[in-house]
Amino acid sequence: MAVFVRPRKAFVLAGVLSLAVGATACGSDDGDSGRADSPECAVYEQYQGNSDTEVSIYASIRDAEADLLEQSWEQFADCTGIEIDYEGSGEFEAQLQVRVDGGNAPDIAFIPQPGLLNRFAQAGKLKPASAETKAMAEENYAADWLQYSTVNGEFYGAPLGSNVKSFVWYSPKMFQEQGWSVPTSWDDLIKLSDRAAADGITPWCVGIESGDATGWPATDWIEDVLLRTQTPEVYDQWTTHAIPFNDQRVVDAVDRAGTILRNDTYVNGGYGGVKSIATTSFQEAGLPILQGECALHRQASFYANQWPEESEVAEDGDIFAFYFPPIDPAKGNPVLGGGEFTVAFDDRPEVQAVQTYLASGEYANSRAKLGNWVSANTKLDLANVTNPIDRLSVELLQDERTVFRFDGSDLMPAAVGAGTFWKEMVSWISGKDTAAALAAIESSWPS
Amino acid sequence: MTTTPTRAGTDAPATIAGRVRRRLNTRWATAASIVIAIVWTIPTFGLLISSFRPEDQIKTTGWWTFFADPQLTLENYEQVLFGRSSSTGQLASYFLNSIVITLPSVLFPLAFAALAAYALAWINFRGRDWIYIGIFALQIVPLQMALVPLLSFFSQGVGIGGIDLLPAWNLDDEQRFIQVWFAHTCFALPLGVFLLHNFVSQLPRDLMEAARVDGATHPKIFRTIVLPLITPALAAYGIFQFLWVWNDLLVALIFAGGGDETAPLTVRLAELAGTRGNEWQRLTSGAFVAIVVPLLVFLSLQRYFVRGLLAGSVKG
Repeated sequence: MAVFVRPRKAFVLAGVLSLAVGATACGSDDGDSGRADSPECAVYEQYQGNSDTEVSIYASIRDAEADLLEQSWEQFADCTGIEIDYEGSGEFEAQLQVRVDGGNAPDIAFIPQPGLLNRFAQAGKLKPASAETKAMAEENYAADWLQYSTVNGEFYGAPLGSNVKSFVWYSPKMFQEQGWSVPTSWDDLIKLSDRAAADGITPWCVGIESGDATGWPATDWIEDVLLRTQTPEVYDQWTTHAIPFNDQRVVDAVDRAGTILRNDTYVNGGYGGVKSIATTSFQEAGLPILQGECALHRQASFYANQWPEESEVAEDGDIFAFYFPPIDPAKGNPVLGGGEFTVAFDDRPEVQAVQTYLASGEYANSRAKLGNWVSANTKLDLANVTNPIDRLSVELLQDERTVFRFDGSDLMPAAVGAGTFWKEMVSWISGKDTAAALAAIESSWPS
Repeated sequence: MTTTPTRAGTDAPATIAGRVRRRLNTRWATAASIVIAIVWTIPTFGLLISSFRPEDQIKTTGWWTFFADPQLTLENYEQVLFGRSSSTGQLASYFLNSIVITLPSVLFPLAFAALAAYALAWINFRGRDWIYIGIFALQIVPLQMALVPLLSFFSQGVGIGGIDLLPAWNLDDEQRFIQVWFAHTCFALPLGVFLLHNFVSQLPRDLMEAARVDGATHPKIFRTIVLPLITPALAAYGIFQFLWVWNDLLVALIFAGGGDETAPLTVRLAELAGTRGNEWQRLTSGAFVAIVVPLLVFLSLQRYFVRGLLAGSVKG
């Protein structure tokens, strides 16, 4: 306890520590920007002129995927001399708000919710994208995507990564053994479910537990079905509240989803009855497929990460996914998905250069080569996408017949999209009447 | 008449504390406390078992199935401690960050709170009680309310009507440790001053007056009389503050950021499970790595802890 008895020592110790910290801060600066002339840097010609600058990026992508992200722009950073300081956090949405309010905003953020993007734009916190970024984004992305980062006619940033939510996971081996084929229409899907149930395999696995976001997988179900029974325009009106949340067409879509989700003969393989859906975590929900306890699991492309490492995700492997089939052929091939948008809180030239680069085809290919990534960037070369499920996703996104719509709960105000919609879906799974659940969400919409 | 009239000496101890101690010494009380201890330890024990199980086992079955099918592996610890890519841990460097954050964040409030407590208790100046009440009242303000203002204080400085009173601090990378120390010290002081003030003001007045008569100045009294006497209280508060800072996620997340230069263990642990939470088996071993230091601190200082807690309350 000498430290406490002689407080002078404590101060000395603290002083030494802070000196040491200061010294490392000085030591870590190494300027390496002399590579601009080397041949592999030729493609970055248009971003030159910003050497010895630093751009900070903040996003929710972390861990292994963050490593890949940092690798993907390494060459760009070396060639242009722009140092990119990346930080990922699981508390991204809440922290971003705190940092912006505290005057400590990052230069660039990857925002996965258009609703949040909209709020920052309305509050005047975001800087509109430069003309170069806008031109690059318009060249590389479909208009379906760009509408989500356009607020009051002002364009704020291009999409970056994407995911496709309209997938049903299945076991190719099980399908082969049972002699089933991949359904291409809703009727086929129901027939397949009936057949599986008759053969003694519970057809569907569903789980919507996800900590304080419990309920979101069910909202994806509703959105996917609504997109298949109604036109994209109705879907847009629904997400923007131009029609009431409990419009009859939405009620019908929810009821149709209910023919699977609330059907005790269809769910919930390996876990129990309908009510077990609410307590099964989404990470584990699909795993019984591998044990042959259920046959189908509707979940986004990123679910590929949840399968154990030893199971092969491929068209002829242990596990794969097929496109959630259309219900009404007249509605084309609707794809529900998500993605993040590259928006800037600063308009320094180097920030704009990075923002433009991230919208480019070079970046999309550079990131895709590292694996485990999907983008709607039309310049993305399929040859660079090696992972079978990513390839299927990219094919879907680049297909001209595809009608893309963003996950509706990310478009709605947070009180609904990340609040009552989730909660009421949990009640609905637990037996609440469809009309009552939707009416409760409608009444919670902020006016 | 050789009967012994009373057994008062053994049957009814004079003080309340003595009676409490006696009642807690029965066989039933011991059994109950053992049961409570076991029940409270079971989750931690399960976590410990899990941290040694292979990934697919953790993900598919509960830890209690371990006894039927024991499979041990050190892979989780290896990944978390020595993983080569930044995604698999490298907890060692974050460990260092945690220590760099924690030591000053404990020592500064201790030093300031002890000085303030002495001044408020033994130096006569006008408004002393009001200052004490003010500091006491500050405990009510939740620190979450101060996060945004404090952050803008660091990043934009303070200005009123366009006039800069204090410039922005403009700290980046490792310099942001200063922000964390500052924030932790601010948030710790109200409780620290309150606790130590209660303790310091209980010291006998005669002692102070005798020292004063002998010609001791306030710094001298503080150093030679007060500090040695309040060591148990300082240790108890120090442990509190240490555990709080070591386990803190919120303050570090906001003021240190998530970069590998400044982020402490807790921030790293929160990200360890991956973007989609699919690597959560690492959390089991990560958690154990993170609690080693608090455990050591607590075990080595626990006698001060108990003494400091008791010293202020029951005197038995």
